[in-house]
Amino acid sequence: MVSNLFVKDRVAIVGAGITTFMRRALETPRELAWEAARQALDQAGLTLRDIDCVVIGSAPDTFDGVHMKGEYLADGSGALNKPMTRVYVGGGTGVFVPVSAWWHAASGLCRTVLAVAEEKMSPAHPHPQYVFRYIWDPIIHRPLEPNLIWIFAMEMRRYMAKCGAKKEDIALVSVKNKRNALDNPAAQVAANITVDDVLKSELLVWPVNELDISPVTDGAAALVITNENTARQVTDSPVWIDGIGFTLDNQHWENRELAFPRYLNYAARMAYRMAGIERPWKEIDVAEPYDPFDYKELHHIEGLMLARPCEAWKLLKEGYFERDGELPTSPSGGLLGVGNPIAAAGLMKVAELFWQLRYEAGKRQVKKPVHKAVANAWGDLMQAGTVIVLSN
Amino acid sequence: MSAKEGARLPGTKLSAKEMYSLLGLVESSPQAKYEFSAGPTISRFLQGLKEGKILGRRCPRCGRIYVPPRDYCEYCHVALTDWVEVPDTGTVQTAVVSYISVRRERLEKPEVVGVIKLDVPGYKEGSYEFAGLFHRLCIDPEEAKKDSTIGMKVKARWKPAEQRTGSILDIECFEPVR
Ligand SMILES: [Zn+2]
Repeated sequence: MVSNLFVKDRVAIVGAGITTFMRRALETPRELAWEAARQALDQAGLTLRDIDCVVIGSAPDTFDGVHMKGEYLADGSGALNKPMTRVYVGGGTGVFVPVSAWWHAASGLCRTVLAVAEEKMSPAHPHPQYVFRYIWDPIIHRPLEPNLIWIFAMEMRRYMAKCGAKKEDIALVSVKNKRNALDNPAAQVAANITVDDVLKSELLVWPVNELDISPVTDGAAALVITNENTARQVTDSPVWIDGIGFTLDNQHWENRELAFPRYLNYAARMAYRMAGIERPWKEIDVAEPYDPFDYKELHHIEGLMLARPCEAWKLLKEGYFERDGELPTSPSGGLLGVGNPIAAAGLMKVAELFWQLRYEAGKRQVKKPVHKAVANAWGDLMQAGTVIVLSN
Repeated sequence: MSAKEGARLPGTKLSAKEMYSLLGLVESSPQAKYEFSAGPTISRFLQGLKEGKILGRRCPRCGRIYVPPRDYCEYCHVALTDWVEVPDTGTVQTAVVSYISVRRERLEKPEVVGVIKLDVPGYKEGSYEFAGLFHRLCIDPEEAKKDSTIGMKVKARWKPAEQRTGSILDIECFEPVR
């Protein structure tokens, strides 16, 4: 991969906002988007008049049950009569939103960009699960009546087989993240649980139990992203976007080694190169790897090169990824603890790193000093990788 | 406000009961039907299944053999011209046991599915890509959970010729080679 970047401006995040993450929100999708956007503007000390462009992220239209969600969410997201873009790479969307906002600002096209992500999964009945049926290939997969969890179970099993990890080793991610979420006011499923609780929860698709999975969630998150000049005017503590990366693998996941996320690794290499990071395992201080499933955090830690392939589960057991550990991962509580409103969940992770790098994360603040951070999100048929590297 | 401790975040949580007593709650379902075309390449592949053969396509430039077949090489971006019949045997890459249906209802009988890496030459041991299929595995669920399932040799169990329709289901499942 070669990128020929012409970057005009350095770009920073100067404000973030988030709604409560919950199953069944009273507010409509655009009301949720507005709540998050308003908070992000308030934190930046800006108003809509200061916003030049808006980027909206929302995953499949089918979840909210409203078609063309970019248009639907535009007014709540403050995009009226402004250049507006909606980006969408399934679960990868949450991090693709700030990536796209970065293009807008780094190119000089816009000074200040409002980046908003929203998802409301509860409207789909009896279960949003059934909506996922339509991402499988209609001719060669769908006749087998696949359930979406099959895909993740197949990846988890492959990871277990290739890396020698047991279910109980992987369940520790869920234990860690749900516990971290106890300190997060946005969290939907924060809890003090044990590995045993995970193993005894409802068995869905072996090796996946219910507590290995993030829940069905409604919610929104937003960031204010701006160029260097404006950032220095509005705050003493901007958080810089040092690198971004995004790649897509093909949809033929049945032709791939599922134990390692290549889609992410290429995106991570792109982001690190841009950020001038050569040894991410040493240079990154805190990470928010995308964790809709517990094994997925380990998978992504390895794809992000924060651990060697097949080593993440061993480091996890040693406490390496705890909030007071060597390299804290998902101090927010992650999707497993905070919840999974798909696009908003990915953006929540970037917002968390923003607060961590400004030492504003309260009880969630990691123990060690933090300078560099990385978040990723992942989407579609195990193929989309989006990465962002931040610094203070 | 930065999701700080004690800060009340916006958003109103509803219980299921409150949800269903909401004024203005409406139910709606899309009434959409689709007719998918398999395309020239997958159509030929399905015809092969009907004849009891698994067909792949070879890239004239890089030599990769694709199963499921493609019309073009993803890496070289050239047309794939050669059809090859590949063995209906392979090894289990991954296997899972589903206790839920596509609608997330509990299944009476759990189902075993996985990915089979087919015995197709040209892919080195341990290479990231390979020719393979996603399918059912005729393995007892308890046996499927054993470590020995990964890497197990399997072979396609075909439906009787007169029952085949040109579908991925013309293969009933992949069963262990004993
Ligand atoms: Zn080729």
